[in-house]
Amino acid sequence: MSALRILVPIKRVLDYAIKPRIAASGKAIDLTGQKMSLNPFDELSIEASVRLREEHKTRIEDILAFSAGPQKSQDALRTAMAMGADRGLLVDTATTELEPLAVAKILKRVVEKEKSNLVILGKQSIDDDAGQTGQMLAGLLGWGQATQAADIKLEGDTVTVVKEVDGGTETVKGKLPMVVTTDLRLNEPRYASLPNIMKAKKKKLEQIPLKDYGEGLEGRLEVLQLVEPPPRQGGGKVADVSGMISKLKELGAL
Amino acid sequence: MFALRNASRRLYTSRRSRLLSTLAVLEHRGGQVSASSLPAVTAASKLGGPVTAFIAGGDSASVAAQAAKLVGVSKVLHVPNGAYDKGLPENFAPLLAENIKAGGFTHVVCAHSAFGKNIMPRVAALLDIQPISDVTEIKDATTFVRPIYAGNAIATVKTGQPTNIITVRGTAFPASATEGGNAEVAEAPVDPKAPALVEWVEENLAKSERPDLATASKVVSGGRGLKNKVKFDEFMPPLADALGAAIGASRAAVDAGFADNSLQVGQTGKVVAPQLYMAVGISGAIQHLAGMKDSKVIAAINKDADAPIFQVADVGLVADLFQAVPELTEKLKNEK
Repeated sequence: MSALRILVPIKRVLDYAIKPRIAASGKAIDLTGQKMSLNPFDELSIEASVRLREEHKTRIEDILAFSAGPQKSQDALRTAMAMGADRGLLVDTATTELEPLAVAKILKRVVEKEKSNLVILGKQSIDDDAGQTGQMLAGLLGWGQATQAADIKLEGDTVTVVKEVDGGTETVKGKLPMVVTTDLRLNEPRYASLPNIMKAKKKKLEQIPLKDYGEGLEGRLEVLQLVEPPPRQGGGKVADVSGMISKLKELGAL
Repeated sequence: MFALRNASRRLYTSRRSRLLSTLAVLEHRGGQVSASSLPAVTAASKLGGPVTAFIAGGDSASVAAQAAKLVGVSKVLHVPNGAYDKGLPENFAPLLAENIKAGGFTHVVCAHSAFGKNIMPRVAALLDIQPISDVTEIKDATTFVRPIYAGNAIATVKTGQPTNIITVRGTAFPASATEGGNAEVAEAPVDPKAPALVEWVEENLAKSERPDLATASKVVSGGRGLKNKVKFDEFMPPLADALGAAIGASRAAVDAGFADNSLQVGQTGKVVAPQLYMAVGISGAIQHLAGMKDSKVIAAINKDADAPIFQVADVGLVADLFQAVPELTEKLKNEK
């Protein structure tokens, strides 16, 4: 049985409860002064890897939390470490926005350097909603993938994953190394306790500038514009059930 | 000068469009082309070039014969190999990548379903392409529209890539007609027979006589207000049956175990856009609205008059759902 070296890529995003505002440029979301948080799906990834350690204590060599983003992404990495990751790695992108393909390429190099054999990612980030990075990384590495995990079991070198699919679930089984992406039902992430937050400040957080990660990372897509979706106006309220039925008929919905 | 620029752009576009060729990747199940793939065919046709449908699996020949009748498809390529039956990305992605290269396609389109989401990014990585997910509008062959931030912003993106891989939102494009086409059927030129590194073990699909949630014309959806699974099962199915509707649920209802995960409507669940969406006991968090706010008519029953769902509902009823829903169910039945 191989020792586990888990890589958990995370992303700092606009907090899920905040309504995004389009910046004056019309091409980006204005994040100035907004509350930023760890992508909710990434919290599940960290929780999943920490639970694997709790179940298979002796096998886990390392849980590495990784982020590619601006300096402030350190906060997200510290949160991950307070939840139980051993150390952090930040690829400092400054103001460069990376597309999922570029992130997957960087992750491939991290996997190779760190000799990771299990990568657990969120199924999507709640800002770009692309849902691509895990699958792209698995493709670049030539590893097996299990997306939208609702359950992860490790026995020996075999990983069994129950996946959320349209209409229900599907179970797949593969051997390490593997890429798994997490879905919301996988677990309930723990809160980082104050002592653990204090301890996390002492954990190692390595920083590497983006330029050290080589070529082929340039964007392929150009955002021409962002607009707000057409506003939906509520049509008002009706007094009773009969009123609801006649209004629905009037609107042609019945 | 503007006219000149427009004219030259038109020329450029039309010259390009002659070179366009699109591969539409179809899902199938139980020997049938999946309904979720039909909007992808429509989206593929919108690009303007000839559309080749792609099918792989043990019974690909008979599925290909059906696909040949889809309106908008000019050719069907199929791969008769049972190794692709479960759509495992480790072998399906190399198969697609090799056939995309062999066919020189400029666009590859698939539904943004669990199948498409799982496979297409992997294909893109193998071809060094940045894919475009969950496309809701095709402006032209290089310009696509997709929602971001849970549908709170709509992005128009332009690509300069020679091959583009897009997954399309099923509710944003009409289904292609399943009769009337007459496409040529051939076996795909390449089958790299890459190993599936992951083994399919089993599936557990919720069985239902009701319409499929993603494509239903009417959806009734229950939330935390239903209080528990017993009440969800007592009140929601009769209402759905009286309307001929599919049943959905909010994340709160799914997390609390009232309903199966696969019924979740929202940013992280299914995106629906039926003629009628009836939200019962759902407050209307932004993550839920992301999955249903393109519905034609939204109706809401909630006892909290300040619930955000009323800001988007065309018809709102402030009432105790445990009284209003049975009354509504009864009256709807009598209407029939």
